[in-house]
Amino acid sequence: MAKITYIEHDGAEHVIDVKPGLTVMEGAVKNNVPGIDADCGGACACATCHVYVDDAWLSKTGDKSAMEESMLDFAENVEPNSRLSCQIKVSDTLDGLVVRLPESQH
Amino acid sequence: MSAVESGDLNARVVIVGAGHAGGSAAAFLRQYGHTGPITLIGDEPLLPYQRPPLSKGWLKGEADAESLSLKPAEWYEEAKVSLRLGGVVTRINRADQTVTLASGEILPYGYLILATGARARMLPIPGADLAGVLALRTAADAELLKTALGEGKHLAVVGGGYVGLEAAASARALGAHATIIEREERVLARVACHALSSFFQDYHGARGVGFELNAGVEAFEGENGHVTGVKFADGRVLACDAVLVGVGALPNDELAKDAGLECVNGVVVDLEARTSDPKIFAIGDVSHRPLSLYERQFRLESVPNALEQAKQAAAAIVGRAGPAPEVPWFWSDQYDLKLQIAGLPFDADQILVRGDVAAARFAVFHLKGDLIQAVEAVNAPPEFMAGKQLIAKRTPVSVTKLADATISMKDVAA
Repeated sequence: MAKITYIEHDGAEHVIDVKPGLTVMEGAVKNNVPGIDADCGGACACATCHVYVDDAWLSKTGDKSAMEESMLDFAENVEPNSRLSCQIKVSDTLDGLVVRLPESQH
Repeated sequence: MSAVESGDLNARVVIVGAGHAGGSAAAFLRQYGHTGPITLIGDEPLLPYQRPPLSKGWLKGEADAESLSLKPAEWYEEAKVSLRLGGVVTRINRADQTVTLASGEILPYGYLILATGARARMLPIPGADLAGVLALRTAADAELLKTALGEGKHLAVVGGGYVGLEAAASARALGAHATIIEREERVLARVACHALSSFFQDYHGARGVGFELNAGVEAFEGENGHVTGVKFADGRVLACDAVLVGVGALPNDELAKDAGLECVNGVVVDLEARTSDPKIFAIGDVSHRPLSLYERQFRLESVPNALEQAKQAAAAIVGRAGPAPEVPWFWSDQYDLKLQIAGLPFDADQILVRGDVAAARFAVFHLKGDLIQAVEAVNAPPEFMAGKQLIAKRTPVSVTKLADATISMKDVAA
C-alpha cells in the first residue's frame, strides 16, 4: 500500500492507503475524496481529475504523455506541477505522495 | 421555509437504480454532508460500476469487476449506504412516500431518486430470442459477448452506432471477424455528420471490419436454439457466431409513469433534476432534462450527464448550491482513436472540418452563425477542450481562423 495525501482546495486533508496498480485518481474516487470527478473513468478524455503534485514528488510521478499534455494545456488553473491523476500509476515508490486539488475541475 | 427549500441533511433518501447515476448520487450526498439514511436499490447483483469500459477494456480483458466498481464494498459500509442489490422496485406510492419492492417490502422515503437508466432496444423480428443474440448494457451482457468473441469467430453487429463500432473494434483486437449492419446508408447516421461517418467507416474497413449498409434485417437464423446467421431483407444470409444488437436504448420510465410523474421519452425534470413531484428526482439516462445552452429538453445517455444530475439532486436535497452547468460531452475509444465530443449539433447551419482527416487528427465543428454548437474531435484534445469552453461561454469565433489549423486553438479562442 502507498499512503497518499489528497489536500482539497479548502485545506481538508484525506490520507488514503492506495493499492499499487491503481491510479492516483482511482485512489481518490474509490474513497469518495471530494474534488476529483474523473468523469471519463481514466480514459484521459476529460481533465476532471486535475491535481497539483507536490514538487518533491514530481520526478517520481513520471512524464506526461502527449495526450495528457494537450488536455492540461486547456484545463483551468494549470501550473507547472499540474497532472491528470488518472495518468499516475501508484507504486511503492509513491508511498507518501502529496497532491493538492484545484478549486474546481472545470 | 420548507424542507425542500432549506435542504434536509437527515432526510431518508431512497435511490432506485444502482448504476453510475444512482451510485454517484449516494456518494455526492455523503460528500455534501448528508447524514440521513440512504438506501440504494439495484436490480443487478453488482455494486455500482462503470459501463463505458464494457465495450472496450472489459471485452479485451483489460478491466475486471473490481476495477469497474465505482467504490469498493467497504465504502458502502463505512458511508452507511444500505445496498439492496438484486432488488426490484415495483411501485412508487407517492401519497405515503414509500416504494414497494418485488419482495413485498415497503420502504419509506423523504426523497426518492430515480436512476433506473435505459435498456437496449431489441428488434421485434423472428429469432430475436435465440441464444447468441446479445445486447450490451450490463456486465452480464458483456460477459456473454466476451465468451462469444475469440480468434476466428464472427460477430455480426446490428446498428452502426458508437456501441457497435466500439464492440467491432474490440472484436478485431481479439482476432474475431466483425460485420456492421446498418439500416441507413452510413454508420453513425443518427449522431454524426457525413465526414465523421465516412472517416470511421474507412478506419474500421481498413482494419478488416465488414459493412452491410442500407441493409434491412429480416430475421436471425439459428440451429439448436443458437444463432447462426443474419437474414437480410433481400434474402441473403450472413453466417455468424453471435449478434450484437446496438440500435439504441429506451428509458426505464415505467415506474415513474405508473406513479403519474410527467414523462416524455424519459422522466421530465428541471435543472435540479426534480420531477413533477418535488420529493422525487430523476437522474441519468432515464431523465428528460433541460439543456439551457440549447433551449430545449433532451434525454442524454452519458456518464458526464449522470454525474452532473447526481450532483444536482444531491445538492438540492442537502440545500446547497447546485453544480456549475456543464456542456454535454461524450467520448469513444476505438483502436488508437480517441473521439471526444462536446455539445450537441442542434440548429447548426454550417459544418467545418479542421485538421487532417487522412492523418486521423481532426475535428468537426458544428456552427450556428459564429457560435460553436458542437465539436467532434478525433485525436484532437485542443479542439475538444477549447471547443467545449467556447460552447460553454457562447463566445463567437472567427470561422476563418477556426478553419485554419495552423492557427492554434488558443488563438482561435482568444
